[in-house]
Amino acid sequence: MSSSLPITVTVNGRERRLDVAPNETLLAVLRERLSLTGTKKSCGEGECGACTVLVDGRAVNSCLMLAVEADGRDVLTIEGLASGDELHPLQEAFLEAGAVQCGFCTPGMIMSAVALLATNPDPTPAEAKEALCGSLCRCTGYVRIIRAVLDAAPRMRPVGNGTHN
Amino acid sequence: MPEHVGQSVKKSGGRERVTGALQFAADMQMPGLLHAKLVTLDCARARILSIHAAAAEQVEGVHCVLTPADLPRPMPRYGPVEDDRPVLADGETKYYGDPVAVVAAETEQIAAAAAERVRVQHEELPGVYTVEDALAPGAPLVQEPSLRPDSPHRDSNVYNEWHYAWGEAEADEADLVIEETYRFPMQVHFAIEPHVFAAAPDEPDGVVIWSTVQHPFPLRRAVAESLGLPAAKVRVVATEMGGAFGGKGYPKFEPLMAFLALRTGRPVRLALSLAESFLAGRRAAGVVTMRSGFSRDGRFVFNRSRADYLIGAYADITSSIVSKAAYIGCGAYRIPNLEVTARAVFSHTPPATAYRGFGAPQYLWALEAQIDRAARRLGIERLQMRLRNIPDRGEELIPGDTPVDGDWKQGLSLAAEAVGWHEPLPPGHGRGLAIGVKSPRPGAASQALARLHHDGSATLMVGTTEMGQGSKTAFSQIAARALGIPFEKIKVVCGDTGRVPFDAVTASSRSTVCMGNAILAACEEIKRKTAALAADAHGVSADRVSVSDGMVHLPETVLNYAEAICSSYGPGEGEVMGLGEFRLPRDPEHPLGGPAPFWEIIFFATEVDVDRETGQYRLTKLVTVADIGKAINPAAVKGQDEGGSLMSVGQAMMEQFILDERGRPVNLGALDYRIPTTQDIPLRTESLLVENADGPGPFGAKGVGESGATAVAPAIASAVAQATGASFTELPLTAERVWRRLKQQERAPDTSAPD
Ligand code: FES
Ligand code: FES
Repeated sequence: MSSSLPITVTVNGRERRLDVAPNETLLAVLRERLSLTGTKKSCGEGECGACTVLVDGRAVNSCLMLAVEADGRDVLTIEGLASGDELHPLQEAFLEAGAVQCGFCTPGMIMSAVALLATNPDPTPAEAKEALCGSLCRCTGYVRIIRAVLDAAPRMRPVGNGTHN
Repeated sequence: MPEHVGQSVKKSGGRERVTGALQFAADMQMPGLLHAKLVTLDCARARILSIHAAAAEQVEGVHCVLTPADLPRPMPRYGPVEDDRPVLADGETKYYGDPVAVVAAETEQIAAAAAERVRVQHEELPGVYTVEDALAPGAPLVQEPSLRPDSPHRDSNVYNEWHYAWGEAEADEADLVIEETYRFPMQVHFAIEPHVFAAAPDEPDGVVIWSTVQHPFPLRRAVAESLGLPAAKVRVVATEMGGAFGGKGYPKFEPLMAFLALRTGRPVRLALSLAESFLAGRRAAGVVTMRSGFSRDGRFVFNRSRADYLIGAYADITSSIVSKAAYIGCGAYRIPNLEVTARAVFSHTPPATAYRGFGAPQYLWALEAQIDRAARRLGIERLQMRLRNIPDRGEELIPGDTPVDGDWKQGLSLAAEAVGWHEPLPPGHGRGLAIGVKSPRPGAASQALARLHHDGSATLMVGTTEMGQGSKTAFSQIAARALGIPFEKIKVVCGDTGRVPFDAVTASSRSTVCMGNAILAACEEIKRKTAALAADAHGVSADRVSVSDGMVHLPETVLNYAEAICSSYGPGEGEVMGLGEFRLPRDPEHPLGGPAPFWEIIFFATEVDVDRETGQYRLTKLVTVADIGKAINPAAVKGQDEGGSLMSVGQAMMEQFILDERGRPVNLGALDYRIPTTQDIPLRTESLLVENADGPGPFGAKGVGESGATAVAPAIASAVAQATGASFTELPLTAERVWRRLKQQERAPDTSAPD
């Protein structure tokens, strides 16, 4: 329909060259073009956080970001978080704390938490709640999610603020 | 030996969920997939004059625009109880969002653009959107009387009416009589995963459905009957769901997708937006008028109520929702004389369907508030008041039904203690209590197929579906214990009617008990058969062989399962299958079709801190105490109570689905319909369990899942009432509503709130 624009974006450490439509969201590109379906779509309007990914280390709602805006940037999705078979401490902590029920909010929730711990390696419960308030979960009541984030924080500190490569 | 039951083992499928590898319905890739979009009108009730699809059909990439003209006549209709829901609107839309046509195209974008180009000439008609409007004389009828010629209600908007009574139904005198009307709004499920429905032609002459559906077997029936296919030619695959809460229970647009797939010869998928999901199902609103009589010492003398539930244009499962709520009209209390009349009332609103708690929250909102009011008027402390009315273990709750099967006073006392009931209240604070009780679906069956493979690992094949509740994990734990093999060696295959045996529904907190027992029975059969195989292979009589802790004990030797199976079938070959069944008794004389196998009960205690100036309040404590018999997986059980109760915090404090005067949603979507976020977590939460191993499920388990979402609202309102001296009859209890009530109260003090 409309003319497409070439972009170059690094996704989970791998450079991708794509032609995208001007109105195509980053979420659509991740899910439909790159088959990275770990990033979820729920509200599609920036209210639920299910689609959260990191762009240059910052948590963004990928349903609100145009793919063209990601040109030249570095995108990290849930698929890029573990190192091979070794889960990221947050992924591990979510499992241990019982913070995952259906798991539909989980990728977005974990990516928001990654962004939080990158800037604040030792959050208080209130700070963790504040940082995750844009991510909705209907299953868990959040109690175990917050616990998981607080549990993961000390495990991440000795090795710096990220384990992906 | 593995001892998994009672341990919080990590969730089956957890790793796939934290890595994003788990495929939800919208993530599945299907070759040749077409995308569907519903064509709807910008009004609720309308007469359809004509549908012009030509402009849409010309859009490049469009494969089909399916209209009622393409469907059999009369229009196929389906539903879990009544076949009243048309595959597409039949001459008239009944609610905002009722589809009049559907487009299938190469991409979602093309389908959406084409759907806009389908021209539907229509004439908006007056509709009814509240109980009062629907019951008013001369109100437009939602359902054509010809659809239900045998119903005594066919010339009204009453779908059905249920009446239960015991003791002296006429009793109306007591030391204290209180009458009040309570309102509970419509709410939406807001599962974070929107609904997805897909269908594809299946060889030979069949169809396969993938759906975010909790109950694949009722869906198979709906699709088979709509298309005139034998059940064997319809395969329904229930995908892993991103939350469901009752909203994904019963058939929605799957029959439509089946027609579309057969017409285009391609797989077709309809992925609703979150906003569209609001229109696919919601909770019935409730208006309950209750008249309660108490003795001076705070005991119930009688309780009489009329409960009207506002449902949509189709019956869906509301007959069960309303009848079950009314049937347990005594809540968790001993009420000697009781009468309940409940009605399900049709309206031109989106379909009402099951919602965690079923019909109980609407009713309990009234019942618990009545007790609080009475306590205040009688000068009796609220905990004492409840304890005086709670029946003892073994006592009759509802005449002729299962007696009280737990220590309910113990449960309530525990909740009170945990919230600090007897401690001095900080200024501006209040505390509240409430009890939620319901029962699982009666008279239903679950079957499980267990397969012990040649290497001693096992597969369980069950019709139960996984929506986050953790049934796969619990089932693996149960089977691991029963077979005596490690949890990690068990795989659970869920909810695919082409592969697994029958299960009635994944609902009403029944799976751990009912499917759990079926799995136990299947495992027992496996052990019997394995013993027999080994006996035969070793030439000893079967009664000299026993199986325990995963080992087969023969007179001379001990074999593990792999050795036992291979000793009979040969190396690397064979397997042993067990089919287990668990059925609840069906009793045609029983009002609900059978007695309750257990009472699912939970005790709530809350504490709030209210700012009288603004009406803002915060939940400082939320305690749940669930009497669950035995927790197969304590973390998962507590997770259910935490999640259910926070969901109910939403119902109590902020959630309502609002329609305008023409039946159009005002808050359609996440922007305008607020649910709790991390900022709404109570300052302190505690989920406690009472485990007396007194349930009918495996290892003494009772069910869990729904109860957390039954009676949080009355417990919160009770606390706000204590803090402010004002009492409430309408939900949600927003800051504005509290503030208004306080202002009103300054003018005319409220005498019914607790001190
Ligand atoms: S899908 Fe992006 S915020 Fe909800
Ligand atoms: S775990 Fe289901 S939405 Fe969060």
